[in-house]
Amino acid sequence: MNQYEVTFAGFGGQGIMTAGQLLAYAGIAEGKFVAWIPSYGPEMRGGTAYCTVVVSDTRIGSPIVTNPRGICVFNRPSFDKFEPRVKANGLFIVNSSLIDVTTSRKDINEILVPANEIALMEQNVKATNLAILGAFIGATDVVDFETMKNTITQKLGKRKELLKSNLAVFDRGYELAQKHAGQKEKA
Amino acid sequence: MAKVLMKGNEAIAEAALRAGANNYFCYPITPQTEVAEYMAKRMPEVGGVFLQGESEVAVGNMIFGAAATGKRVFTTSSSPGISLMQESISYMAGAQLPCVIVNIMRGGPGLGGILPAQSDYFQAVKGGGHGDYRLLVLAPSTVQEAVDLMILSFDLADKYRNPVMMIGDGMIGQMMEAVEFPDKDADPKPPDESWAATGAKDRKPRIIKSLFLDPVKLEENSWLLHEKYERMKKEEVRFELYKVKPENEFMIVSYGTMARICQTAIDELEEEGVSIGLFRPISLFPFPSTQILEEATKENVKALLTVEMSTAQMMEDVVMAVVGNRPVEFYGRCGGIVPTPEEVKEKILEMQKTYSK
Repeated sequence: MNQYEVTFAGFGGQGIMTAGQLLAYAGIAEGKFVAWIPSYGPEMRGGTAYCTVVVSDTRIGSPIVTNPRGICVFNRPSFDKFEPRVKANGLFIVNSSLIDVTTSRKDINEILVPANEIALMEQNVKATNLAILGAFIGATDVVDFETMKNTITQKLGKRKELLKSNLAVFDRGYELAQKHAGQKEKA
Repeated sequence: MAKVLMKGNEAIAEAALRAGANNYFCYPITPQTEVAEYMAKRMPEVGGVFLQGESEVAVGNMIFGAAATGKRVFTTSSSPGISLMQESISYMAGAQLPCVIVNIMRGGPGLGGILPAQSDYFQAVKGGGHGDYRLLVLAPSTVQEAVDLMILSFDLADKYRNPVMMIGDGMIGQMMEAVEFPDKDADPKPPDESWAATGAKDRKPRIIKSLFLDPVKLEENSWLLHEKYERMKKEEVRFELYKVKPENEFMIVSYGTMARICQTAIDELEEEGVSIGLFRPISLFPFPSTQILEEATKENVKALLTVEMSTAQMMEDVVMAVVGNRPVEFYGRCGGIVPTPEEVKEKILEMQKTYSK
């Protein structure tokens, strides 16, 4: 990997910014260059939110990326807005719990992740972002699986009662993406 | 020290504290309000002064007062707020007071918008307020550089007893990157307090002012300031070259975060066989004119392109620097729209067609 860019998009409260920051922290832990840039503007509570993270082995040029290699969408408006922006041959992770459509593009790798259901399975409804992040790492290995888990433990470890389920949700997302990759290879 | 992930605004705030600036006055405005937020939390921890003024006009005067005591002081704001401070900035330049002012620029004119822009270039480098004065102006392109330049700004303000301005755009304020702070905090005491209003017990009072009704005295003061600016031109020029090589046919001149976007464009152009480099001024005043001329007049260089998030402001300084020796073209977006690497690339490819005839 030389450079990977990923956008996380959804609505306020889904942990979009946190997902991006966790990835950036993990990048730093591996000694990589990182840039995290949020959408900012006249926003409102419950409105759309997105952030882009660039992880690179070398100094990062533009932190703004029009067509990132990966995009993770958490809700329908984000799907509509960002689906055309995924770089050709890129990755498109879709929260299928809230999005009932799939891409018609043939040149991208779409992974459907029922993130809300996964989070509910672990009785941690707020952890949908970790299911998506898990799937993203499972599909890309932008940072190492263990680095990411250590980062989550470090950054979200304050609330010990939630840490176990946070990590479990991440694991489920990760496994789902790995399984998806396996099936693709077979096919 | 280990690297930490920080927003540009927060990193600027922390850097000021590391430089021993324990006096901060502000008025909130997007996109730099996080500096105020961070300072409100941190100042009580370090026993410093955090004060939100009733307006930027008041803040400007608070800065004047604090600076006159010889203590390190700074403020941060964004474009319309900086306009309101211009009167006191001019007074501080006239009275030779050191301070640091950060402008996290948004689109203008007027109230404009809140998205990234570089449209306050003229205001920053050509004075801004009234009178014959200059600010020393620095422009970081990464969060780490914002930290480094912030710390440097206080030293330069003390060295020249002049306000120093650091300008960034909303992007650098809002972006998070890994930063490392120096291990050792700066010595908060300015090198020379012989001029400061520290309490006139057992000594003659010192008068700090910008009012000189006697024209001879005022002219003297103006030439004294001019001398300082000339000294800055000799000693404080800062810039960075990226992929500038003798075989280059084109050179982009761009500063701040815009320069990083050009960097990506240059990487991609290189893959397509275009020979091009980037000249990134770090100090906008003093402007690296001599160095730009030197690079621009290398044998193979056909033309220059300045790229800005404005309607061509720095371009004027680039044109002056190359004094007609090479054509200078411009590409820019404004109002909060950030040029993409693709747009810059397209412009260069267009120039390649024009100039390869």
